[in-house]
Amino acid sequence: MTVVNQTSSVFRDTAILRARELVLSFGETPALRGATIAVSRGEILAIMGPSGSGKSTLLHCLAGILVPASGEVYFEDERVDTMRDAERSRLRRDRFGFVFQFGQLVPELTAEENVALPLLLGGTRRDEALRTARAWFERLDLAGMERHRTGEMSGGQSQRVAIARGLVTNPDVLFADEPTGSLDSLNGELVMSLLTRAARDQGSAVVLVTHEPRVAAYADREVVVRDGKVANREGAAP
Amino acid sequence: MSVPLTLLGLLDRESSHGYDLKRDYDAFFGRGRPLSFGQVYATLGRLARDGMAMVGAEPGAGPDRKRYTITDAGRAEVEAWLAEPLPAEPHLQTDLFVKVVLSIMLGLPAGKYLDVQRATHLARMRELTDLKQTGGIVDAMLADFGLFHLEADLRWIDLTYERLSILTDEVMS
Repeated sequence: MTVVNQTSSVFRDTAILRARELVLSFGETPALRGATIAVSRGEILAIMGPSGSGKSTLLHCLAGILVPASGEVYFEDERVDTMRDAERSRLRRDRFGFVFQFGQLVPELTAEENVALPLLLGGTRRDEALRTARAWFERLDLAGMERHRTGEMSGGQSQRVAIARGLVTNPDVLFADEPTGSLDSLNGELVMSLLTRAARDQGSAVVLVTHEPRVAAYADREVVVRDGKVANREGAAP
Repeated sequence: MSVPLTLLGLLDRESSHGYDLKRDYDAFFGRGRPLSFGQVYATLGRLARDGMAMVGAEPGAGPDRKRYTITDAGRAEVEAWLAEPLPAEPHLQTDLFVKVVLSIMLGLPAGKYLDVQRATHLARMRELTDLKQTGGIVDAMLADFGLFHLEADLRWIDLTYERLSILTDEVMS
């Protein structure tokens, strides 16, 4: 693509994550039809687009959850789409964080155990993991909720616990798929405000999928996905 | 926004000097577009002339020695204004709509225009979001007002984008 060639020298230096000409179908239904995108280090990027446009599929490909049928995904200089499953799992665990629409907390665990989970999976000792996890509660306006379980927290509180879990490993990239989708306006704003502030504080890039303009307005930049492609001209590169 | 009615409304709280009214107006409603003293005193003069306010002179000279008090007629005017809903204007009948339809009529890329307009709207929404996060509650509420309106425009822009081919058929038939 011409646009990518013109800008590739720019984003080669600054991009932490980039994907080129991604194609992926689910059965007969095409989801991505040549999507190209780049995310800068520390950048908060909103991916917008109508339902079924391919924006969540694009996020899943960037995060190494899905493998495109063709095209390339790079994290720093590593080719993600050709990695073995175990390597991609390690990349997701060690370098990425995730927040989804419904917090997807583990109901059997307390809030602080949920936050500590990625550290525990990465081999951190339990007491150290819990200590690190607890430090996030005040930061996300959750002081006193450490021992609560999901049933004892509101939707907004659960989602803030999910944000803490997403950021606790100090990831290079936090992937957030409709993180406010299940919240009312006021809680949605609190979540976005805390999410973006925490990510900026520790320099994590954020790839934020949303169909809500007011949520996208917390990002540094937005791209629009239409019919499986990144539509706006400046979308491919920062 | 009606500056005279807003000043009159501020005056409805208590008798004030022009300087105090300007300060409060700028703080709550100015948002980077403060009133000039000339405009304040000219407006207060007209309100007094029209029987909406009374002027009480205090010892000394200069406009700041005048204290303004709202009259019963002025109070009724403010209350009637506050109770009256704004016309629910169809904002779509604006440049945005005209540009899309004219672009189609002239064979110009309406989708490209919508994309540029969309980016412009979102850039402004980012500014307002920043303001909301750095300012106080008054800033946040004003920013929210703007954000919700811009969001409504954006939804219209996105829907129009999805309907461009149907709209083109209709306009060109």
